[in-house]
Amino acid sequence: MADVTKKKRKKKGRAGDLKNIITLEHVSKSYETGSPALDDISLKIEKGEFVFIVGDSGSGKSTLIKLLLRELKATEGEVKVLGYDLNRIRRRKIPMFRRNIGIVFQDFRLLKDRNVYENVAFAQRIIQVPSKEMKRNVPEILASVGLAGKYKARPKQLSGGEQQRVAIARALVNKPTLLLCDEPTGNLDPKNSLEIMKMLEEINQKGTTVLVVTHNKEIVNSMEKRVITLKRGVIISDEEKGAYIDED
Amino acid sequence: MRISTFFYTIRQGFRNIFRNKLFSLASIATITACLFLFGVFYAIVLNLQNMVKTAEEGVSVTVFFEEDTDDATIEIIGQRILERVEVAKVVFVSADEAWESFREEYLGEYADGFTENPLEGSANYEVYLSDVSLQSDLVTYLQSIPEVRKINQSQSTADMLTGFNSLLGYISAGIILILFGVSIFLISNTVTIGINVRKEEISIMKYIGATDFFVRCPFVVEGMIIGLVGAAIPLVIIYFLYNEVVTYVLSRFSILTSLLVFLPIEEVFTVLLPLSLAIGVGIGFIGSFTTVRKHLKV
Repeated sequence: MADVTKKKRKKKGRAGDLKNIITLEHVSKSYETGSPALDDISLKIEKGEFVFIVGDSGSGKSTLIKLLLRELKATEGEVKVLGYDLNRIRRRKIPMFRRNIGIVFQDFRLLKDRNVYENVAFAQRIIQVPSKEMKRNVPEILASVGLAGKYKARPKQLSGGEQQRVAIARALVNKPTLLLCDEPTGNLDPKNSLEIMKMLEEINQKGTTVLVVTHNKEIVNSMEKRVITLKRGVIISDEEKGAYIDED
Repeated sequence: MRISTFFYTIRQGFRNIFRNKLFSLASIATITACLFLFGVFYAIVLNLQNMVKTAEEGVSVTVFFEEDTDDATIEIIGQRILERVEVAKVVFVSADEAWESFREEYLGEYADGFTENPLEGSANYEVYLSDVSLQSDLVTYLQSIPEVRKINQSQSTADMLTGFNSLLGYISAGIILILFGVSIFLISNTVTIGINVRKEEISIMKYIGATDFFVRCPFVVEGMIIGLVGAAIPLVIIYFLYNEVVTYVLSRFSILTSLLVFLPIEEVFTVLLPLSLAIGVGIGFIGSFTTVRKHLKV
């Protein structure tokens, strides 16, 4: 019993005691061909922040997300996320690391052959949450994203906005410390985009650090949050209450 | 691992089969076709081997003794011959039995003129071999016994049977290897296609924080079930087809009844049943395990 408590404390402690949720020090990432996707970038994101990462295609946004998820390894520099040194983390530890991160994609990436409930419960099954708890947590989180009545629906029976809400519910059900959103409004109309962003803001207000990679100028400008702008793999601007830098 | 997680992964393995019906059917059909060929070939080889063995058992060496050899010495020699590893059976034929047999076979009613046994002193042993390839060893041994007058043997029959037996062994090993290779190639291709379709699902699982084990387990369970079903179908077909074919062959080639000695299906199945099931499950396991691995690096 004492061991379990110790383990739980240790697990929480890793991200819980951190000031900086993300720390990048002189990070570069090069692929086999072409110029580097990221070139000597450094940044810090503190616990509880809401940050936009913006930039054109080829600016290095996707590479940055992949580095933060440890899908890719930096060629140079130090990447620390939630206290994990991602250059040194062992392969078998990566799943444990990712369980502290919620991720939302542009294309929702829901399991098409499973209903809404199963898609969300799936994230709980992965971390082996007992069935009783799962049966309490999943309806609760679905209600919080306004989908309590659609738990039996399949993804293709839902609108784009609803599918993204399911993806957000799945990302949040394990109570992550960090929420990474890769173009969360990319496939949505303005009304749904705004609703999703409001939802992300509420999540942030409850204490989750939120990082949103986006192209959506209107949303970035209307929300007055920290904005980091990337261009050809380099940070060209990092402003509190920033705006989308229009390169045209 | 929680028990509920264990059962969840097993359940997902079963569900995957129904979710991907087309892929499951294609995989089962491939395994069924391969293992059916394997089973048919195995049954043929096993029966051929049995026929050769039966023919071998009919090959005997006849040992005649010097006229002055007494019965006790003949019996001791018989015991010694029987103790040899290559000997399966020793049958004593007395002079009277030898004459009786000769008379019936060659003379018929013309033998009535004989009042005495012309084959007096022809008491002999018919020695049957357990391994016909060792016939020359036995003959060398028999020749070294002073009381032995003459040995009748058919070296050409023994050599032919030995040669045929080893040829059969090589051919069957070769064909089984080829069939096995083709099966693995076809099955792993089918499994690869099926899993490629679901590589997005695997990447989602990995992004959420699933361990390799958690991702792989349902696929492996699915592969093993498909392998098991794919192996069971040809076994059932062979089980019911075997007796029909044997009955047909025996009626069609009734003249060869003495040569065509078929094994009962139960005897064929003592090895074929566990072997086919193991191959099916094994291929399903290895195929899914290795194919999923390619997509785990997310």
